[in-house]
Formats: sequence, C-alpha cells, structure tokens
Amino acid sequence: MKKPNSPQEQAAPKRCHVLDLDDFSEGEIQSVLSDASAMSEILDRDIKKAPTLRGKSIATMFMEPSTRTRSSFEQAAKMLSADVISIGVSGSSSEKGESTYNTALTLQAMGIDLIVVRHPLSGTPNFLAKYLNASIINAGDGSHAHPTQALLDLYTINSKFGRIRDLRVVIVGDILYSRVARSNLWGLTKMGAQVVLCGPRTLIPDDFVANQHCLDNHPFKTVTVEHSIDRAIEGADVVMALRLQLERQSAGHLPSLKEYSQMYCVTSERLLVANPDALVMHPGPLNEGVEIDPEVAHGTKSVIEDQVTNGLAIRMALLYRLIAPTESGVSVSF
Amino acid sequence: MKPILIKQGRLIDPEQGRDEISDVLLMNGLVEAVGANLTEPDGATIVDAQDLVVSPGFIDLHCHLRDPGHRGKETIATGTAAAARGGFTTLCAMPNTDPPSDNRPVIEYVLAAARESGLARVLPIGCVTKGSEGLELAEMGNLAEAGVVAFSDDGSPVSSPHIMQQALLYGSQLGLPIINHCEDTSLSANGSMNAGWIATRLGLNGIPNSAEEVMVTRDIHLAELTGGHVHIAHASTAGTTELVRKAKAKGVHVTCEVTPHHLTLTDKAVLGTDPDVSAFGPLSSGAYDTLAKVSPPLRSNTDRMSMIAALNDGTVDFVSTDHAPHGITDKMCSFGDAANGISVLETALGSLMSLVHTKALSLPVMIEKLTASPAKFLGLNIGTLKPGFSADITIIDPDLDWVVDPSKFTSKGKNTPFSGKSLKGSVITTIYQGEIVYGAST
Repeated sequence: MKKPNSPQEQAAPKRCHVLDLDDFSEGEIQSVLSDASAMSEILDRDIKKAPTLRGKSIATMFMEPSTRTRSSFEQAAKMLSADVISIGVSGSSSEKGESTYNTALTLQAMGIDLIVVRHPLSGTPNFLAKYLNASIINAGDGSHAHPTQALLDLYTINSKFGRIRDLRVVIVGDILYSRVARSNLWGLTKMGAQVVLCGPRTLIPDDFVANQHCLDNHPFKTVTVEHSIDRAIEGADVVMALRLQLERQSAGHLPSLKEYSQMYCVTSERLLVANPDALVMHPGPLNEGVEIDPEVAHGTKSVIEDQVTNGLAIRMALLYRLIAPTESGVSVSF
Repeated sequence: MKPILIKQGRLIDPEQGRDEISDVLLMNGLVEAVGANLTEPDGATIVDAQDLVVSPGFIDLHCHLRDPGHRGKETIATGTAAAARGGFTTLCAMPNTDPPSDNRPVIEYVLAAARESGLARVLPIGCVTKGSEGLELAEMGNLAEAGVVAFSDDGSPVSSPHIMQQALLYGSQLGLPIINHCEDTSLSANGSMNAGWIATRLGLNGIPNSAEEVMVTRDIHLAELTGGHVHIAHASTAGTTELVRKAKAKGVHVTCEVTPHHLTLTDKAVLGTDPDVSAFGPLSSGAYDTLAKVSPPLRSNTDRMSMIAALNDGTVDFVSTDHAPHGITDKMCSFGDAANGISVLETALGSLMSLVHTKALSLPVMIEKLTASPAKFLGLNIGTLKPGFSADITIIDPDLDWVVDPSKFTSKGKNTPFSGKSLKGSVITTIYQGEIVYGAST
C-alpha cells in the first residue's frame, strides 16, 4: 500500500481544518487526491474497515437537511474505525434554541476530535474553527463553500482524464448561491482548469470575473462567463450542472423553471458539441428535467454515481489528514 | 460649583473661527471668558491644557442608548458615561427603544434618566411613525412639545413614499427634520455586508450601493416637493454624496452625516483585523468578523474616499457615531445571525484622528464636524465657546497613542472592530455644564 503523504507534505504544518479550498495549494490538493486514491482501495476490500482512527471521535453536526454528504462522512469515519455521533436540527437542542456555538462547545467538552459541520449560514464553520480546539470540516455552509464536494469533483475528473490542467470545465446554473461552484472555482483554478461559468446574468455575480481594477490579483482571472449554454459546452471536457433551488423563481431571479430548463438544461442534444469523452457531473440532489435531463443523468457520460463513491474516499483521506495519530508512536496502517 | 480655568491649550472653536493658544474660564456652568492669560478666580480648578487641544464639547446626533427596553446592552447612565469618555457632551438618542419613542412618557423617561446621570445632554429623537412601523405618523406634535429634536424611525427606513412625504410636511410645520435610514429593503434583501467581491467569495448576500441611493434620490425629491428638511443618516456610498451635493446646489433642504467607521474602514474589515490579509487570497481565521457587521455596511475604499471628500467640501454636514452597543452573544455567532452595529462613542475621536494624522482631514475641520455643524443642525446654543454658552468642553491629546481594549469601555457595548488596534489621539478631559465628567481635574 502507498504511503499517503509525500515527505514534503509531512514537513508542511499540519492542517487543522478544512473550511474551503482557498487555503489549499496545488500540491496539497494533489496530495489529498493521492491519499484518496489509496483510501479507495479499502472500498474494494471484502472487509471495508481499517483501524486507523480507532479511539478518535467524530461528530457530524448537520443544521440543514442532507442525505449524501452526511452519510458519506459517517460511512468514511466508520470505515476508518472512528466513533461517530450525529447531531441534526430535529431532535437536538437547537430545537430548544441552543446556539450552534454552544452545541459545538458541548461536543468539544465530550472530547470530540473533529466536527463535521453543515449549516445554512455562510461562515459558520469558520466561526467554530476560530473558537474551538476541535478540528472542523466544512460540509457545506450557506453559499460559501463545500470543499469536500469540490475535492471529490477534482478526484473524479482526475481519475477519468488523468489530469485537470487545461481541461475545459463548464459549471452551469445558479452560481450566485452555490457553495459547490465557489469551492470548485478555487479548486479548479488552482489545478489549472479552464473554468467557464454558464447561467443567466441574474445568477452569476460579476465579481467572479476579474475586471480591470483587480486583474492581476484576482484568483479567478482565467475564469470566463458564457450566458449561452451551447457556446459554453462547445469543446467542454466536463459539464457540471448545479442544482437549481426552486425558490429562485419566487425570489425574482428567474421567470420560470420552464424557461430555465429551456435555456440551461443539460441535454444529450446540447452535449453533441462537447468533447466526445466529456463527463457530466452533478453534486446532487437532482432536479431531473430542470437542470439536467434524466437521459443525461443516467447516460454514458454521467459520472454522478462515481462522484458519490469518490466522496467516501476523499472524506476518508481528509479525516486521516486531520486527526490520524502521528506523534504518539501509534503505527499508521490501513 | 467651582470655577474652572483651562490654561494654555490650543483652542479650536470652528464656529468662531478661532485656532489659537488661549485660556478658557468657566463659571456657574457657563463659558465666562476666552482669551490669553485670564486671571485665576479664587478657588478655581486649574486644568493645564498645554500641548493639548481645547474644543467645544462634541455633539453626536445619532446614537443608541437602548434605554428603555434593552438595558442589558446599554443604559442612559452607561451610555452617557461612555459619551463623557469619548468627549461627547450632547447625544441625540435614537427612538428604537422598547417601547419605542413614539409617545410622551418614553421621551420624558429618557430626559429624566439623562438629568439623573448628569454626564451629558441627551436630546431625544422621536419616531416618525407609530411603533416605527411605517404605517401611520406618530403624534409628532406631542413629541415635539415633549422635547424631541428630530424624527426618525431609525433602522427601519420609512418605506412608503407617501408616509415620507406626509412626515416631511408635518415636520416642516414643526420646524423639525426627518432623519431617514435610506435603504430600499427589496434591494438589500437578506444582505449582511457590502455587495462586491468579498461578499461574493464569502457567500454572503451583498447590499448594493443602490439600496441606499434609490431611497436618497426619493427623499431628495420629496424634500424638494414639500420644502421639508430631510437628513440622510449615516451616508455610506459615493453615489449618495453625489446626490446630496447636487441637491444642495439646487437649494433642497437636505443634510447628511457620516460615521467614523464609514470614514476609516472598508468591507475588508469583514475579513478580520489582520491588515496584511489579501481580499484575493486565503481567508484568515479572523474572517466573517461579526464586529464589522453594521448597517449600512462598511463599503469599498472608493466609497470611503468619497465620504472623506464630501466631508471636506461640506456635502456631508457632520460626523455622527451611530453608537450601537450590543451584548457579547449578539456578535458571538455566525455572520448572518449577528446583530448590526458598533460601539463607537469611546473610539470615535481616536479613529477620526487617524484621518487627521494622514492629512485626509484637518483638525479644525474634524472638530467643526463634531461641534459647530451638528449644533447648527440642532439650532441650539451649543457647540461653541462663546461667553454665556454652556460650559461643554472636550480636551484632547492629538498625539497620545493607545490601544483599544473594549473590556475597559464604560459602554456596555464591547463590540468594536477597532478592538486591539492602536489609535493615536485621545480624549483627556470632558467638561459638561461646567463639571468635569471625565478625566483629571488638576
């Protein structure tokens, strides 16, 4: 089995939190992807369990509904033999009005090593990371970031193409409110992809594209915007459709879901101009027929299920990276 | 009451155009004389002001004393004590109390509590509409009789153009201004900071400049139509300064104010206090700094520079603090959940002095914007040291370095983005109605 960390990585200061990909270097992302690749071997075993995190406690604190992210984290933690407890909105003290901060403090007081946080308000994981000693992994906060989703997307792209650099990656949909898009923007641009944002003007903030005032410093200076999906998809290597929240219509961003799907639904017909080997991705859950045609979602170009499987490997790699015992002489094996 | 002789200070009194080394003699709570080498009366308290600046007491036209109703955040006693420390001898208290200041008993309570504290003059502002709900005018006539100096629904913008128009008509009959927090809430919807790259990268809904400017435009038109006096609270955008500049040139009765924080900070403060953090790089651990959450939001540097220019050219009439004390849990939470507001009274002078030290503002202009200009707005005999006027005086050391430590604030509100920052310039002594209410007496 491969050793998960290159020597250079081990020399770098140990990472405490995963809040977004803005503070990951290209090298660290590469290192996580290669760790995940090693972890994925566990998934192929008959006995899907390694003792790596035995004696470590992980809490998932999901203050917003989630199926795949939450179960993915819990499954990943269990495969590495960590003990897992889960706190949700219903059935927890947040129903009694306890603040997120106090809930997290309580978990920390119980000796939890790592808290996985999902929260409807942007920056909540950053807030907890500032005041708690426990490691924090952001499992999605408001419109801010969803770094584990972006890492699993990078892993999926990398495992299909063997590279990320210079690929044309089109992200279609509600960029304005999407934490998936934000974390992918950091991750994809750091890895050298050519990112194209596609959607109606009402859902793509101008700030994501460098203007003359900040061209040199802007981290997304290679990113372009294309409001026509047909032009965006032309020559695309990856087409990532984002979930369209149904409330965007009532908030005035869209005339109707019908018009949105007419203009931006990823269909087989539209994919004809993409690279013949193009991948279709979606972070889920799907609104089939709105942002993605069911035929495409379940078609040959779709890697949506691979994304879910890869999510496990990525989350195992991150849990390992943050809380695996390294100094106490405990042998690390998995 | 002992006489006080302030000796050898640099007297800056913009109302009288004075900037000279001078003594100031205070007797019976009033200014007795101003001039060189005044004779010391028997039993006088001597205040040595050599190398210090002697100014009329500062006037704050916009602060929140939270009393009645939110005495956990501030009381009239703690708020006026904080004012004394910050050099303010006159405060206009916003009406967003509980109950709100839309009725006489609340106004009378505020005035009585302020008299009891005796640390600063408190001039109440009454509600424009009942309960500040924007639906029906409050009993403005009654409130005027009770002693309010202006009307405002504070943080609740008067959304209905019709109600705003009626308020301006009614207010002009009473000779009092309508202060509006200009914010079109359909444009600022759910926003928690300035719209722009930083909001976008943080995934926070942005409040665009247009949210303010759309309503400023409306209010200028309504003031022109009615002949009423509209005052734009805490102006924050370059566009607002343009609108007000043009309206003033046209003769519309519009005035406006700016806060110390909108003059000295930008939306970058939401990224934390580390000055080396790049808005385009990784977030620091200080990101989502709820202490920098305020309404209107801290804006871009372009806006900030426009506010400074507008203050210098007279478009912006004066500086108000928008002092908004909050409890610790109001800020110890996710950015979206955090309360808006900054505890300003005790840092106002220090932060404004940073503009003086960088020559963005002259010391006399800064003092004018804290004294003569707001006094003119109020139409009261304060804000200048003419004989017979109230002995309200602020003595400052423009060069004293200090570090902001909110735990030492007199205000109950410890919420300031200046926490831990070094400021240069401090209030040394504050005198209100001839009594030393803050500082050394000899």
